[in-house]
Amino acid sequence: MSGQIALGLPVAAVLFAIGLAGVLVRRNVVVVLMSIEVMLNAGGLAFVTAGARWGLPDGQVAMLFVLAVAAAEVSVGLALVLRVRDAFDTLDTDEVSRMRG
Amino acid sequence: MIAAFYAAAAVAVLSTLLMVTRPSVVHALLYLIVSLLGTAVMFLALGAPFLAALEVIIYAGAVMVLFVFVVMMLNLGPSSSHADWLSPRAWAGPALLAAVLGIELLWILASAGPPSEGVRAIAPARVAESLFGTYLIAVELGSMLLAAGILGAYHLGRRETGRARR
Repeated sequence: MSGQIALGLPVAAVLFAIGLAGVLVRRNVVVVLMSIEVMLNAGGLAFVTAGARWGLPDGQVAMLFVLAVAAAEVSVGLALVLRVRDAFDTLDTDEVSRMRG
Repeated sequence: MIAAFYAAAAVAVLSTLLMVTRPSVVHALLYLIVSLLGTAVMFLALGAPFLAALEVIIYAGAVMVLFVFVVMMLNLGPSSSHADWLSPRAWAGPALLAAVLGIELLWILASAGPPSEGVRAIAPARVAESLFGTYLIAVELGSMLLAAGILGAYHLGRRETGRARR
């Protein structure tokens, strides 16, 4: 097994962990969304690495679906961010955690 | 080629770390774009040239432009004066990391040939055959998801006429 395949999954795990830390630690909603993007990307990297390991295109197909999901998620998420900004006048996730009507 | 993968992985991890730790949203966005470009180079080294191109076009292109638009519409904070975020300190880091990735890309393209021992490049044609053969129903579901995303974004992003806008 060649080097990049052996290293691909650890790199994906590290990127996912950094993205998770960003989601948990940062309080700006936009940065939280960006961290989710990093996590999706790390998952896709794991798919592509596994696909390269077996020499099959299925991993790349899975990454294409990850791309589609990420695009849909970002469009809805950013629209929600605009609404949160309008309604609460802040982007701080702690401020928005009350969820009263 | 393995060295290219190592370097791209190092750039991606470093820029992602910097992205999470930047206080300014715009600076974090710059580092996120570099992180996605690093992932694209990793895809190239893993024998997925089609996905490397799509990663740059869709992720680092379209999705990040969406982020830039929203950051622009949000008009964040008092600290976003031009003098502040056009300073070299803001763009030198991402530019340096992106230059490293660009040199790697040129090096990979110059040393044309099979990606590396043990890794076979999977041609776009094989990906397309699998995508529109085995996974055809998933493609249809993906198109429905994107349509739902468009409708949801339109519905949520519409301004209420009664509410006073700042």
